[in-house]
Formats: sequence, C-alpha cells, structure tokens
Amino acid sequence: MTAQRSGGARLRTAARDLAMGGRFALSGRQGWVRTLLTAVGVGLGVAMLLLAASVPHIAQVRQERTHARDLNPSGDYGQGEKPGDRTLLAADAKTTYHGKEIYGYALQPEGKHPLVPPGIDALPAPGRMYVSPALKKLLRSDEGGELARRLDSRIVGTIGDEGLEGPQELAFYMGAEKLSPPGTGTARVTRIGDTEEGGPIPPVVVLLGVVACVVLLMPVAVFIGAAARFGGDRRDRRLAALRLVGADAAMARRVAAGESLVGAVLGLFFGAAVFALGRHLLGGVSLFGLSVFPSAVVPGLALGALIVLGVPVTAVAVSVFALRGVAIEPLGVVREAEPGRRRLWWRLLPPLAGALLLLPLSGEVENTPQGDVHEVQVVGGVLLLLSGVGLLLPWVVERLVARLNGGGVSGQLAVRRLQLNSGAATRAVSGITIAVAGAIALQMLFQGVAKETTVSTGDRADAQRIGVRYVPVGQSLTGSERLTAALRKTDGVRRATGYLESYQQLVGKDKYVAVGVGSCDTLREIAAVGSCRDGQSFRVEAPRGKGEVPPPPAGTKVRPDTEDDSQDSKPGHVWKVPASARTVTALPDIWGEDSFEGLLLTPGAMPKGVTDDAVYVGRVQLAAGNADALEHVRTTVFREDPAASVITFTGSERNGYFVMMQRVILAAAVGVMVLIGASLVISMLEQLRERKRQLAVLVAFGTRRTTLGASVLWQSAVPVVLGLVLASGFGMLLGWALLRLIDQPVADWLVFLPMAGVGAGLIAVVTLLSLPVLWRLMRPDGLRSE
Amino acid sequence: MMSTGTVPAADPTADTGVLLSANGLRKTYGTTPALDGADFAIRPGEIVAVMGPSGSGKSTLLHCLAGIVPPDEGQVRYAGRELSALSDAERSALRRSDFGFVFQFGQLVPELTCLENAALPLRLAGTRRKEAEAQAARWLERLEVDDVRHHRPGQVSGGQGQRVAVARALAGMPRVVFADEPTGALDSHNGERVMQLLTEAARETQAAVVLVTHESRVAAYSDREIVVRDGRARDMSAMAGAV
Amino acid sequence: MSISHALLGLLETGPRHGYDLKRTFDAKFGQDRPLHYGQVYSTMSRLLKNGLVEVEGIEPGEGPERKRYAITDAGITDVQQWLATPEKPEPYLQSTLYTKLVLALLTGRDGAALLDVQRAEHLRLMRELTRRKTEGDLADQLICDHALFHLEADLRWLETAAARLDKLAQEVRA
Repeated sequence: MTAQRSGGARLRTAARDLAMGGRFALSGRQGWVRTLLTAVGVGLGVAMLLLAASVPHIAQVRQERTHARDLNPSGDYGQGEKPGDRTLLAADAKTTYHGKEIYGYALQPEGKHPLVPPGIDALPAPGRMYVSPALKKLLRSDEGGELARRLDSRIVGTIGDEGLEGPQELAFYMGAEKLSPPGTGTARVTRIGDTEEGGPIPPVVVLLGVVACVVLLMPVAVFIGAAARFGGDRRDRRLAALRLVGADAAMARRVAAGESLVGAVLGLFFGAAVFALGRHLLGGVSLFGLSVFPSAVVPGLALGALIVLGVPVTAVAVSVFALRGVAIEPLGVVREAEPGRRRLWWRLLPPLAGALLLLPLSGEVENTPQGDVHEVQVVGGVLLLLSGVGLLLPWVVERLVARLNGGGVSGQLAVRRLQLNSGAATRAVSGITIAVAGAIALQMLFQGVAKETTVSTGDRADAQRIGVRYVPVGQSLTGSERLTAALRKTDGVRRATGYLESYQQLVGKDKYVAVGVGSCDTLREIAAVGSCRDGQSFRVEAPRGKGEVPPPPAGTKVRPDTEDDSQDSKPGHVWKVPASARTVTALPDIWGEDSFEGLLLTPGAMPKGVTDDAVYVGRVQLAAGNADALEHVRTTVFREDPAASVITFTGSERNGYFVMMQRVILAAAVGVMVLIGASLVISMLEQLRERKRQLAVLVAFGTRRTTLGASVLWQSAVPVVLGLVLASGFGMLLGWALLRLIDQPVADWLVFLPMAGVGAGLIAVVTLLSLPVLWRLMRPDGLRSE
Repeated sequence: MMSTGTVPAADPTADTGVLLSANGLRKTYGTTPALDGADFAIRPGEIVAVMGPSGSGKSTLLHCLAGIVPPDEGQVRYAGRELSALSDAERSALRRSDFGFVFQFGQLVPELTCLENAALPLRLAGTRRKEAEAQAARWLERLEVDDVRHHRPGQVSGGQGQRVAVARALAGMPRVVFADEPTGALDSHNGERVMQLLTEAARETQAAVVLVTHESRVAAYSDREIVVRDGRARDMSAMAGAV
Repeated sequence: MSISHALLGLLETGPRHGYDLKRTFDAKFGQDRPLHYGQVYSTMSRLLKNGLVEVEGIEPGEGPERKRYAITDAGITDVQQWLATPEKPEPYLQSTLYTKLVLALLTGRDGAALLDVQRAEHLRLMRELTRRKTEGDLADQLICDHALFHLEADLRWLETAAARLDKLAQEVRA
C-alpha cells in the first residue's frame, strides 16, 4: 500500500519535473532559441526519416507507372502478332541529350482504334508529338536547340502525370508513318502495360538496399542526437541554478529530459511540416535524372509510427546520457575538469564484433534468386563496424592533439582548445565521418556488384568513336547509303562509313560468314576492291596474319543464319558464293582497329533474303574538339530512324537496374551530407556565440580577423582530417567485408577519394558559412557586459 | 612619480605633448545615445580615471578612444593621427603595437595557460613564441603571479586572473593601457593591489592609463578624472574652482 | 577622539617622556592633526590629578618634558573600560554638504556644478591618501583606508544625490 502510494508519488514528481523542464524550454529568449534549434535539427532529421520511410511507396508507384506504360510487355516485340484494329507499331526512340536520358516512342497506328499509352488522349499524327512538361521546357530553352532539331515534330499536347515516372522526366510520343515491321527496336503493340509481378528481388539487391538503409540512416540518427544537444551548455547552467534553489541531481536530470522532450516533439511537428512542404517542392527537383511525384511520397504506416515514437525517446535518451560526466552542482556545472584519458580497448570492441559478424558470411550472398542475405547479421555487422568510427575518433583526436603544439597564434588557440575539450569538436564531425565511411563502403559494394553486372564490351573507351546500329526500313540499301551520306555531312564528323551486314551460315556446317552489302563506293572503304561494278562480289581476306575466319571458297553453299528453331520449317534461301568473286584484302576500318573478313556484295550480286536480318553497321570518327558533335550525330541518326542506336564507347555497359539504384543512393548520400553540414553549421555558430566576449576581447587587442578565422578553420580541420582518415579506413574495411559477402575482390582501392573529398568540401563550406557570423561576433558589442 | 600638485592642466586645443585626445565625440547605439559629446586630452604617462554611474557611456568612450568602435561624430587623435581616418586593419595594428587592454572579466582565453595568455599580444604583434613568453614571464613575476604561469585561467583565483590580465596588457610595452573596470570583479583588497601594481608598472614604463571605473577608491589611483554623465564627458580638472 | 585615553594607552606599553609620547602619538595616530606640546602637558597634569598616571622620575634639566610618566593601576582599568565601550556610530544627519546642496537648489544655483566641484575636491584628497597609503606601512594603510572608505561613502552619496537632483529640486522648491 505504502509502496504503491510512494510509487504514485514518484510518478507525480517525475511528471512535475518533466513539465518544469518543458516550461523552461519555452520560457525566455535563450530557452526559446535553444528549443528552436533543437526543433529545427530534429525536424530536419525527422523529415529525412519520413522521406526514407516513403521510399518503398515511391518505388512501388514508380514501378507501377513503368509497368503501366510498357509497350512491349511480352518482351518479344509482338513479332508473332497480327496487325489489327487496335494494334500499333511502336519504335523505341529513346535518346540521350547531353547525358540526359529521354524516354520516347515513335507510334504508328495499324487500325482505326489503336491502343493509346497512358498519359495521352490519342496517338499523335505523323509529324506531331506529345511531350512531358520537362521536355517541353527543355525544347524551348536555349540549351535545347539541338534537341529541338532532333525532335522536330510539332508539339500537340503534353503527357499527363500518369504516363510519366516522375514530374521531371523527359519523355515524348511522336507520330510516325513508315515504321519497319516488328523486330529489333520496333514492336507490334497488342496490349499496353505489364500486369505481371516482377520476380523476387535478387539477394544482391536486397543486400545493397539493406546496407544503404543502415549507412544512410545511421548518420541521420547521429544528427538527431547532436540536435538534441544543441545549446546544452546554457541548459546546464540553468540546471545548476535550479540545484542552487534545492533541486537534487535526479530532478535536474528529469528537468533536462523534459526540456529536450519539448524540443523533440516540436521537432517532430516541424519535421512533419518540412516533409509536407518538401514533398511538394520535391516535384520540381531532379537529382541524377531522378524525379518523384509528390503524391507518391507517402511514408509507410509502421515506419512512420516508429519515427513518431522513436525520435522523442531518442532525443530524451541522448540528452540524459549527455549529462553523464557532467556534475551539475548548485554552484555551477562541473565537467570532469581533467577527464581521464580516453581508453582504447572498449572502443575497439564494437567494430571488432561487427567484423566478426560479417566475415563468416563470406561468399554467402550469391547473385542468385535463392541466396539468403542474413539481413539481421549484416545490419548488425554494418552498424557495429560503422560505430567504430564514431567511437575511435575521440580517442584518436585526443591522442594526436596532445602531441601538437600549434605554430602561430591561430594554431595555438586551436590546438589548446582541442586539447582542453576535443569532445565537442569531435562530436560535431562524428556524424559526417560515419556518413563518409558508410558511403565509401557502399560505393565499394556497388563497384563490386557493378562488376558482376557489367558487360564489358571489349572495346577501348574512345569519345571520338561512335558506332551506329539500326535496321533500315525494309532493310533497304537506300536508307543505309542515305544515312552514311548524312553522317558525313554532319557537323563535327571527320569520317563516316556504313554498310548493311548480315551473318550467313555455311550450309551443313557450324561455320558462319559475314556478308557486307553496299555500293561500290562503300565497299572500297572496306577492302581494296579495285575496279568495281554493280553485280560484282568479293571474298575479303584479312591483312596477313590477322585473319581468323577466312572467307569460304567460291561455290560454297550459304544461307541466312537460322539459329532460331522456329524458322527450321522454312529455311532461308540457299545461295552459293559466286565463282566470279575476286579475293581482295581488307582495309583497316576508319578507327584503324579491325578489318572486315568475309564476303562483300554489291546490290546487283545480292541474293534474295540475304538482307532479311541485316543491320546497318556505321562507324563514325568525330573531329576532335567539337563538344556538340556527338549530339549532332545523334540528331542525324534519329532523323533517319528514331529507333536506331547510337553507340558510344565507354568500354562497358551497365545493368540499368544498378545504375538506377546507384543514382538513388548517391542522391540520398548527398542529402544526408547536406543535412549533417547543416548541423555542423549550427553547432559551430553555437560555439562561436558562447565565445562572443572572448572574441571581442581578442579583437580589442588588435587580433587580425584572418588569425581568428584560421583558428576556427584549424579547430574544425584537425578533427575533420583525422575523422576522414579514420572514415576512409573504416569505410574500406567495411566495403571489403561486404564485398567478401558476394565473393568479389575490391575493384578500386581509391574509391574513398571522392567521398572523402565531399566530406572535406562540406567542412570547407561549413567554415565558410560560419565566417560571416564570426566577423559579426568580432564586433566590439561583445565587450559590453551582459 | 608625479605628485598631485603637478597634474598638467588638460587643454584639448594644445596639441603639443598630447598623446590621445577626443574632440566632440558622439556615438549612438540604435536610438539610445551612448556618448553625447566628449572633449579632452591625455598626455603621455598620465593616468586618467573615467568615472560615472553605470550606463553613463564610460565604456563606449573607452571603445572610441581605443579605436575599437568608430564614433558617429567627432575625432580621436592618437600621436598626431586621426583614428577614424585609419582603416580597420590599421586600427587593429595600432591596438596591437601601441595599446594594452584590461577588462573586468572573461578576457583570458580559457584554453591557454596564464603565461600563453600574457604572451598573446606580443605574439599577435609578431614576436616569436619563445621570446614573447620570456617577456611575459617577467611581467607575471612583476605582478606576483609567477607561480600560476602554467595554470589555466579556470584554475586561478579572480585576483590572480586579473593580475595575469594586467601583465598581458603591459607585456607589449604599450603607450596607452585601457582598463575597463579592472577591479570590478574583485574584492576591495585584491582590487587595490591590482590597481597598485598596474599604476606602478604604468608609471615605470611611462604608459598612459585610461581607467574606466565607477569606484572612487579605484579612481584615486589616477592623476585626474573625467566624469561621464548621461553620455557627456567632462574633464574635471578644467572644472576645478568653477563655483 | 579621546586624546587622554590614547596617551594613557601608549603609556601602558611603558613609561615615556612627554616629548616621546607626542612623537609616538603623531607617528601612529596623528597623520591629520599632530599634537601640540601644550596638549600633552595639560592632558598629563589632568591624568596626574586623577591618579591615572604618576611621575616616575625627572631627568636633570628644565621644562615639563623632562618628566617621565608611568601608568597607574587605575589608569590601566580606565583604558580597559574605554576600549570595552563601543563607539557610538555617527549618523551624519547634520551634513554640511546636504545643507549646501539644498541651499544651492533653493536659490536657483547649479546643484550639479556644486556636486562636481565637491567630487573633485574629495578625489583630490583621496588621491593624496592613496599615495600616502602606498608609500606607508601597514598602520598608515589602515588609517588611510579608514579615511578613504568614508570619503568614498561621501562620494557615493554625491552620486546618488546627483542622480536625483531634478526630483530634489522639485521637492525643495515646492
């Protein structure tokens, strides 16, 4: 009975103390400022968390829309379908403009009532097109001039939101009239939209997602913790005053908890408001080619609830925990004046434990649908390893700074300050170091995964070389020759060649021969054919020593390649290598690399059906120094056939899925870093304001602004540099451990450079941003007694 | 040592022998006039008390005289130079080389040791660290705080801290020491000891002292006084015998 | 201050000549007003009459200063009583300064000027005392401090009065 009553009384006391803290949080200008800072900080973190919680929904909406507008849902270009009243032909006209990808199709109805892709009311007539709002804007801008030349159809409408992946997506549907029959690049559309669910997510993707979440959200948590401590020094002094009038230590702690609770709850509301507002602004933003519809940004219910409950609890826990090592005495705040030297051993335990969790999983995550990711173990390992950065940084900074002596006055001020209390400075940067370490690990994991999913094209990267591949309408030679001529006239093109090429099978053998078709002029560029008349054919041998598959002798029976079993019923037309075929030597191609080997035919010597599966093989050599040449080539090719592919030689091709994911994560990493940068600015300003009087005194002495500015820079640079070194080490350690999960070697040990650079740049920006305030605080107002 | 009988009659118009002079100084913060007219002159080696009730504009006057804030109106001349004609950087350089400062509180950099604090102005003026600290150490000895030279300001008493501040102000051998309520945070015994050491050292080095205080017992260490009331500064030695 | 008690107290430390007494008194207490020989002589005869001192011996030669005085037991009791009796704090209600100030205001003169001049005078004296204090021994310091604290109090009052001159002027003229 008594125990119960005392329990109730204790509860009432606690509630009273919390309420008192709450009142402190809102009373007086200083109280307000502190609460506001915390609220803003927590709010930004909350907004970030809400955004993260919305990612599943965003992805779902995006996927739904992508599926809904799929014009080739069966994946076979509708080659087996028959034209009908509702069918249409759709040529994949996706193009690239100065690195921006543009989604687009050329559409041609085959009946009276063709299907219509989502977002537009009717199919555009030939010479007309529907464009997305962002593309419309681009086309009308100065920088879109070349693109307007490429997409020269008249705009008759805009594509509605339901037809776009994001509000900033560049997309168009243009009308066409002479599309080739279904095949590569062109599809016969009999239904629009993919109703099938995607398969299970590959384990590697799950791994990437899990690691990305941990790596991106951990700094946000650190940030929220830092925000809960904004203005802590002043708060401590107020608590000391409270102790003077009779509060005990426990009560002071409860009051502190009450104060940060108010800040956190306000932050929660603020965060919700920022999120609601940011949602709308988000529609106008495109980061790394990604944009999101505000309506899609809806946090999941469970995650949202977790945020609403978790953030205030975290904030209170952090502020109470921060009072550890601080004795609030009635006559002031006693920080452990000479705190014991930081110990190393326990700081090493979590990262070691993390490594022990991750290492046994080596090779466990296979890139197969069946692989198990061991999410819990991975998340635990990543969290523990990353926490090592935050734990070791104070120790490293303390040890190193103790040895420094500081050169000039600015260095001395900074070093002494760090020696006395490196904790505050270190705390400020620990968030960013964790973010950098995480980003490095993520980047390494990506490179490993990318390696697994990247198809090397086996080509030398060369910005001057452009390949063109397309299937001319009706495999017509005229189209092919016309494109070559147009390419030669294109601005920025030095040389261009092109011919139709197909592969033929030697009848009865498992051997193939390349057959090139073109006018005599075209053939002369391929081989030293000498005199040439229409009707002639040539056996082309590679230059001495380079040949691999010599052309078959005259009389050899050849027929179109029938790899596809379904065509066995009607085997291709068989023909013979003409006896008149002269043997000539191939010339190196215009890139000076390969040469043709096989048969060359003039149109007159072309047997029936030989071009049925021919593609145009164009080679373009750009003139050096024309930055827009590539875009001009793309325009020329697009105008010949929107479905044609322009190939640039970057040496490799990526799996689009990972490219997309990498972009999302890059965008998020940048967001997290900016957020942490904001918290750095706040804590830096706070520190400076605490030293207002001292700064004014130093100025009275005649201290140069540059001296004080340099001192501030040193003071943040030392922990930052050490932090970045530590972050790079830990990031690579974590990256290496994660790569072992998928059994990949480290692709590039220098991967830490860009991320460390971003971190360093952020610090520079923070220092730069705090300088105006430093200048302002250096005014003599600070000398006036408070 | 100067005796009271030989206090030079201050004549703002005579430039000869004048080190620092104010002429029609006015300064307004926001809408409140902090300083509303000040005319006087200070000679080399003179110790002048600036007196007046709190909020009367004493500190503003000191800040204007030291070139920390520019006056809205009027001129401050130091050694023949017009302070408001100098750039901010030039005034800073002047404060480093020619002026010393003692404030009421919160002036020592808490992270630096007392010795490093005392050596700070010398170092700012370009003296090498070893040399600066050697000089500063002599001044700490002179002000009887030699024993705390390796302590941080947080570890010494208020009186010791203030002596360190005085040592710091004098270490650079300034021609003018500006002291703004230097004893304000000290008990009367400690305060008087600090004043005694400050004035003795200043007289020895021939430094002029501008001493802002509201305590007459502190002002009694001066050669003469300037009274500021409602922003108006009056040279009392000029007033003597007016009634 | 009671000179007789002060001299009696000095004699308690040992017999002295009159001239010796005067010198010791001046050195210890007489910074402002040195004693006249006559004062010492007349005080001693009064103390002799009352039996508080006695003449211990007369040196050869002429004049009262040749007498060596010593304190009697009655004298020691008297000193003891004097020291044990607290001094009455002076209320200073009859202040000349205040009178002057009120009169200046009543007659329409510049009260602030009066205060400024008075302050200058006070400070002049305080400077002198401060200098004497810094040059002198501990006794000098204590005596000068006593005076300085009183002068400071006067000045504080002057400041307070100066801050409320307008109101005072109204009341005085009402």
